[in-house]
Formats: sequence, structure tokens, C-alpha cells
Amino acid sequence: MKVSLFITCVSDIVFADVGKNTVELLERLGCEVDFPAAQTCCGQPAYNSGYLSEAKKAMKQMIKAFKDSEYVVGPSGSCVGMLREYPNVLKGDPEWEQPAIDLANKSYEVTQFIVDVLGITDVGSTFEGRVTYHPSCHMTRILGVKEAPTKLLKNVKGIDFVELPVKEDCCGFGGTFAVKNADISGEMVKEKSRHVSETEAEYLVGGDMGCLMNIGGRMRREGKNVKVMHITEILNTHVKEQGGVTA
Amino acid sequence: MSIKISEAPYKERIGKGIDNDFMRQAVSSAQGRFRNGRLTQAEELGNWEDWRQLGEEIRSHTLENIDYYLYQLSEEVEKRGGNVFFAETAEEANTYIENVVKKKNAKKVVKTKSMVTEEIGLNKTLEEIGAEVVESDLGEWILQLDEDPPSHIVTPALHKNRQQIKNTFQDKKGYDKSDTPEELASFAREQLRQDFLTADVGITGCNFAIAESGSVTLVTNEGNAEMVTSLPDTQISVMGMERLVPTWEDMEVLVSLLTRAAVGQKLTSYITTITGTRLEEEIDGPDDYHLVIVDNGRSKILGTEFQSALHCIRCAACINVCPVYRHVGGHAYNSIYPGPIGAVLTPLLDGYEDHKELPYASSLCAACTEACPVKIPLHEQLIRHREIIVEEEKKSPASEKIMMKGFAQWASNPAAYKLSTKVARSALKPWTKEEYVENGPGPLKGWTDVRDFPAPGKQSFRSWWNKRQKGGEA
Repeated sequence: MKVSLFITCVSDIVFADVGKNTVELLERLGCEVDFPAAQTCCGQPAYNSGYLSEAKKAMKQMIKAFKDSEYVVGPSGSCVGMLREYPNVLKGDPEWEQPAIDLANKSYEVTQFIVDVLGITDVGSTFEGRVTYHPSCHMTRILGVKEAPTKLLKNVKGIDFVELPVKEDCCGFGGTFAVKNADISGEMVKEKSRHVSETEAEYLVGGDMGCLMNIGGRMRREGKNVKVMHITEILNTHVKEQGGVTA
Repeated sequence: MSIKISEAPYKERIGKGIDNDFMRQAVSSAQGRFRNGRLTQAEELGNWEDWRQLGEEIRSHTLENIDYYLYQLSEEVEKRGGNVFFAETAEEANTYIENVVKKKNAKKVVKTKSMVTEEIGLNKTLEEIGAEVVESDLGEWILQLDEDPPSHIVTPALHKNRQQIKNTFQDKKGYDKSDTPEELASFAREQLRQDFLTADVGITGCNFAIAESGSVTLVTNEGNAEMVTSLPDTQISVMGMERLVPTWEDMEVLVSLLTRAAVGQKLTSYITTITGTRLEEEIDGPDDYHLVIVDNGRSKILGTEFQSALHCIRCAACINVCPVYRHVGGHAYNSIYPGPIGAVLTPLLDGYEDHKELPYASSLCAACTEACPVKIPLHEQLIRHREIIVEEEKKSPASEKIMMKGFAQWASNPAAYKLSTKVARSALKPWTKEEYVENGPGPLKGWTDVRDFPAPGKQSFRSWWNKRQKGGEA
């Protein structure tokens, strides 16, 4: 199956490992991965701040970048959620509405793609450690992906999975919200950090680097020894250790 | 009082909320109770999503035909001996009610809980003509004694604890007993009973008006609406113009959603209905009945992208799940309508000038949208407000405008974007220590005030990918 990686700007620039793990994982599961180099940012920072015309410029660039892709798969519920919103944003635009619909229809968050399209719930990875999972708001409530990530995690061999209390609560990231309303965002992330501590997990796993960067940054400030990981890192662990296993 | 409750600037209100440990504790535990209650009731009902769907259909059908149903409602009320007044503004509503009270030469008015009378500032108007106005909902009564605005639309005194309530009763009413809820409630009951018996006019709000029979329905747990609607001979109901349903059957669906979504109850203790004046064969009901239907900016919302905000049944489910509300409390919104629905409604009813920060007081986590029993897309409407603030009202900060212009150029130009992936790390280098920024410049400062920011990696993903494609593992 041919898959185009939608890396997301945050992972492209700050967390390259998320992309590497996603590529290796998808390849191990039998996908042929390419990386359309014309991709940039999904436009969410502008869209969520009310800068519609600025956001549309980014969206059109993304539509062009993935025009020829069969599937578009990204390691972020939030950014993929944005791609799926394009048809509403570009509704009524004679040139862009249909391409926006096409992109939305072929875009998937990586765990959603593995479970719903590839039909795999056990990726054959092994991971030792106590792990909790933060279900990011946009992954669950905007994109509607509620079960795929935990289904995959719970099938990881050796994992000690523990539920995060009040897991559905926002961590306070919210993109520009974290800067514009830093006071409120700060209180939200402090609360999330407390909940993570309650689980006594060694690893906090999530499917959105924005949220993980926020929670991880707060826990680091508090001197907490919890490692923050994108879900693909755990799902890809087996491969690294055993030098590549096919699904 | 009107929609706006103070003159304090936004940042100050937020800071005050965050610093109020007691309030935050009270709000947090109440939110937990309400939220669990709602989820339990929704689960027990089994097909909650079908109920929500039905609720939304009823509300949107009503709003799309609001002229028809308002006409039907007014005809039915008049048929049953009542008077109907359509008030375009708060002033018109207040003047009409003032005249009814004056004509009765009323000394005392008792009220049920009503958000719309808070919105129009009715109490102040009546007090200015010398009438004594008594709120009979326990929470509202406490706030009235304390001259404090509501901080929640269902449980208005959520921000107060029983010690504070005891102090208020002591200072304002000479109370001399303990702070146990039983003794406090019993005292309030004795006090209010006298007010019910001596009131000349009863004023109620309205949860749902029923067009087919000209009835007004009130949903309470304390029974105070029974007293207000059965003792005084003159009754006035005040409703926002959108607060109606076509039929009793529709009302039953919405009440089922309301009580479950609001406080996790299958049904409240009392559902009170007023239908016109007392008929000859009836033993109670008013001799004189008035229904005041308040527009006050609502009709301007009809036909816009915000129309569904008028679907709101004032259950506060959105408020009860909102993490922002939990940390700042209701007063920080500076509106009698706080929380997500308040952040949507307040700028619509009272303008952007005084409320332009509210649509941004949300991380867009969409917990509100998910909780809403009539499916108002609250977080999307907050984005619509932001678009208006940026593109029509031109009220966004100049620095933000420049940043967003830059963003558009960056994100629509792959070469510029690629360059940024190369230079991001060195650009942040002066502030980076051990791969983290702990004290960031410019817009990053807000971030690093509370948390560390990771430095961009040594190589971007795309640079790793390119090397890998060329055959060399990165």
C-alpha cells in the first residue's frame, strides 16, 4: 500500500524521531512510504486564531503537496483533524472545494490508519515499562479516534499499561492558546502533570506532539522523571531491537 | 446588573480567579459531581446520542420557525386571559414590568431564578421605584444578600462555601445558628416563607414556553417556583424569545435532556407550569398574568452562523466540563453567562468591545461541544468569533497580525519553509541550555513562564529523509 507521510511541522522541525519511527513502523507493516517535500504546515495556528485567509494559503499548499497521494498518514490527531476540516473551510470555492474533499477523504492519523485501514491491532512490538496514555482532545473529539491508540498499546508485549485519571481533560496546549492565555494554560498543564504523577508511570505516551511538548515541558520544569514519547516510538521499539521484522 | 458584571480588565479577572484557591476547589469538585452525574444518566438512558439528536432537531425546528411559534404562543396566552408584551430591548422589558408593578402599587416582588432578568437588570429597575425585590432561589437569595453576581447559570452561588453563606446570613439577616446545610436551609425557608405570603407580584423566568397551550414551564429543585406562581395575584413571566418549544411532547424531551445534562438527575423535584390566569373553576393561579418576551439582541443572531447558540437550554453541561472555567471560575468571564456558552453568547448579545478576549479563553478542546445536549458546535463558534474579531472588527493585536502574515508566507512557500527547518535550531540557540529553552524570548515567554520548551532537533525530519533516500542512513 502506498502511503505519503504527512510529518507535521512540529515533528519536522523539533521531533524528527517521530517521523523516523512512523516511517519505519509503516514500512514494517508493509506500506511503501514516500514524503512529498512540498508539504508545510496544515494551517491550524492561523485557522484557530481566526486568520482565515492566512490559513487558506497554508491549506492550498498542503492540498497541492498531497495531490497525487493515495493515502496521507500523519503522526498527529490534531493536524490530521485539520486536514479533515478543509472541506468546510473551502466550501463553495469552485477551484479548491473538491481537492479539499479529496485530501480529507484520504487522510488518516497513524494509529487510525493502522487499525482502520490496515486492519492491524497488534503491530508485534515489545516494550517493558509502566506506560500511561494521554488521549489528546483533537484526536478524540475532532478526529473521533478514541480506541485505535489504546488498542495498539495494549497489545504491545511486556507493557504495563495504566489509565490516566480524567484522561479526557485538555492538557492546556491549544496551540496559540498556550502563549496567548499562558496563565490559564499553565494551570491546566499543572493539573495534567499531577494526574500523570498519580499513575506512577515511567512513560507518558500520546499521539500529538503539541500536547506532549506541553506536558513534558511542564514535568521537566517540575523535575519529574517521566519520559514523554510519541506512540509510534513504542510501536516501533521491536523493530529497532531486532533489526526489522515484517508484519 | 446587566450582562457585564464588572469593569475589571481581562488579565486582572483571570489572575483573581486563578489565585482564589477556595473557589477553584469548590468549582473543581462540583464539576466532578455534575460531570459524573451526567455521564451516569446518559449511560442509563442508553441511547444518549439519539436523544441529543432529537433535542437538536426540536431546537433547530423551533428556531427556524420561531415567528410562527411565537405568534402561536402569544395567541394562546391571550386566549387564556394573559397579556403578552414583546420587548425589543432590555429597557422596553423593564419599563413594561415596572408599569405593571406600579399599577398594582406593589411593595414586594418575589422572583424565581431567571437568567434573562439578570441580563436585563430588572431588579435594579424595580428597586429604583421603591419595590422590595426578593430572589427566592436559595443560591440567588444568598447572592442577592451579598450583592454578588452569579458565577454559574444553574448553580449561581457555586463559588461560595457554607461558612461564607453563614457569615452572609449573620451580617444581613441576624442568623445565629451553625453552618450546617440543614440549619442554613431551614433559616432561608423561614425567611422566604414570609416573603411569599406578603408579596404583591410574582416574577418568574422560563425554562420552556409551550406554544401549543401558551404555558410557561419552570424546572426547580426547591419548590420556590410553586410558591411564587401560586401566592401573589399578579404574575409576570419573563422569557428570552428563543426559549420556547412547539408542544408538550417536545418539552418532555428537552426537560429530560436538561435535568440529566445539568445535574445528573432523571427529573428535578418540581416542574411548575403557568398557563394564563385563573379560570372560574380553578382554585389557584393569578388574576393578572403577563408574559414578557425579550429580544435584546437575539433576533440579530437568527439567520447567522451563530443561530444554533440560541438552541441553548441553559443546562451548563458545557460549563461543567470546561477546564478553563474550572481554573478561573465564572466571574472571570465578566458576564452573567460564563463558560463556553457564555464566551459564545456574550459577544453576540453585548458586543465585542467589552468581550473581545472571551472567544480566546478556550483551548478549543471541544469538551463543551461533546457535552452539549442539543449539539451546539461551541468550539467552532468560538473560532467564528475569532475570525470576526480578526477580519471584521480588526481588534486583534498588531504583533499577531504581522506574525500571521509571516505564517501564511512561510506555510505557502515550500522553499521558505524548508529553510526554516534548517535554521530553527540555531535561531533558538542563544536561549537553549541542555536541549531546552527555559526562559524564551518574545511570544515564547508565556510558554516558558510555566514550562520548558524543547530545542529543535539536530536535524530536521526532512533532512534525515533526504539522506536516507540517498542511501546513507542518517
